Amino acid sequence: MPLLDAETGKQVKAQLEGLTHPVTLHVFTQELECMYCRETRQLAQELAALVPKQVKVEVHNFTLDKEAVEKYKIDKIPALAVVGEQDYGIRFFGIPGGYEFTSLLLAIKMVGQGESGLSPASQSKLGALTKPVNLKVYVTLTCPYCPTAVHLAHQIAMASPWVTAEMIEAAEFPHLANRDQVMGVPKTVIEGAGSFEGAMPEPQYLDRVINLVTGGSA
Amino acid sequence: MELNFKLDLPVDTRLETGAEKDRLFDLVIIGGGPAGMTAAVYASRKQMTTALVSHDLGGQVLKTSGVENYLGYQYITGPELAGKFSQQIKQFPLKVLANEGVAALAQRSDNLFSVKTNAGRELTSRTLILATGKRWRNLPVPGAEEYIGRGVAFCSVCDAPFYRDQPVAIAGGGNSAVTAALDMLQVGGQVTLINSADGWQADPILLARVQKRVTLLDAHRVVEILGDGAKVTGVKVVPRDGGETRLLPVRGVFVEIGLLPNTEFFRDFVALNEQGEVIVDCASHTSRSGVYGAGDCTSVPEKQILIAAGDGAKAALAAYDYVSYHFKEE
Repeated sequence: MPLLDAETGKQVKAQLEGLTHPVTLHVFTQELECMYCRETRQLAQELAALVPKQVKVEVHNFTLDKEAVEKYKIDKIPALAVVGEQDYGIRFFGIPGGYEFTSLLLAIKMVGQGESGLSPASQSKLGALTKPVNLKVYVTLTCPYCPTAVHLAHQIAMASPWVTAEMIEAAEFPHLANRDQVMGVPKTVIEGAGSFEGAMPEPQYLDRVINLVTGGSA
Repeated sequence: MELNFKLDLPVDTRLETGAEKDRLFDLVIIGGGPAGMTAAVYASRKQMTTALVSHDLGGQVLKTSGVENYLGYQYITGPELAGKFSQQIKQFPLKVLANEGVAALAQRSDNLFSVKTNAGRELTSRTLILATGKRWRNLPVPGAEEYIGRGVAFCSVCDAPFYRDQPVAIAGGGNSAVTAALDMLQVGGQVTLINSADGWQADPILLARVQKRVTLLDAHRVVEILGDGAKVTGVKVVPRDGGETRLLPVRGVFVEIGLLPNTEFFRDFVALNEQGEVIVDCASHTSRSGVYGAGDCTSVPEKQILIAAGDGAKAALAAYDYVSYHFKEE
């Protein structure tokens, strides 16, 4: 049974048909013992089939395809890397279903347009980052606020060569959510720097990230 | 968990600072909940040039799991209803500044209004509608602020999965509290509803749905939220009539005790009542000519989606009359 209904398919097509840069969805799965691996692969394939000129899918076996696993720095599955003309470090861990389907579409659209969409002010603020930063945004699929945080994190990854950003679906990775003490979403975690809860407008989100990373010195 | 894949794209009509900077709008609507979005539809149909500024398009409807009293829908989820609202405003040539809040409001010497957003944009308008809604109020007790995101929560649809099969308390006695209880029951939570008032304010039809499945503590106040430094471990409650304090061992406390109006920016701009709500008359006028109020941020009794939407329509028509009367020569 298809995951995307006809109406959603139409909307996806309308959003992605005009993309100017090719996008590849690298899906990492294995067929056994992985909640939603099959569905994540199917989702990527259905989506790409709607706009075959703009979006391609490469399916990788997480246990066997060591080279790709290393190249895209995948440490858990299901995983999805949204890669454009270059790899901006945009990842989804766990299925981007529910509200997060919107985050996936926005990520593909952004990469395919080759533009982060961040304001010039935000982009210049990102100049304060001078070392690698990884943003983990924990979500649940029933959280209407979460896509705002996920997309901002992905935009930052697109705009800064230092930043990678991932959505993590908390229910599929309870041990990680537990480790990072996630009890409310969205929660953005920057390893070694701290974390903050909630979705917020672009300028505030940028400030929170930059302040955490630079220790408030920016 | 049932999987679904529905698109809910943000309204993508960014106002460009350069091109729009000197443009004069007939109406700027501040707030993007049911009141603000309905006002946008009505104003657009009157062909008013309109901008809508909202940092959370959809407003509180987004965090409502189910709506059963918005006419036309016997049952619809809050996010679906908000999605339908935003679909409807997308068909108009409306400027939407989504993901932006208002930083300052002023009336200039030529009587036009200036609206500065927190993203640094400035809009000029002939009229304003204030429709900023309300936000969650936290419990004024020790531990409540400290444990936000670590057991103290406000969005049951978002955070319910973190409390699977856990004991949780819900503070509140209204419809939102009972709806949160239903959300928690879905993930197997052992729910205690704590109502500080004497008697439940929730609709009896809702209360009947949870009555046999949750522990109801009527006329009890939460006096403290306890934790181990990392997360919530319990709540202390005391009966209103002064009985013994009890400790309930819970992992989560969902706070549904009503709301605070988002009117801080209007304090010196229009008259507010004791609750901080914008005072409006039955024709949506505020204390300042050319400025209208609609929805939950106003003094209108009963905060309901349907009422907010109706008020939004009324405010837009009032703003239209004002523009027609004062600017008809232009």
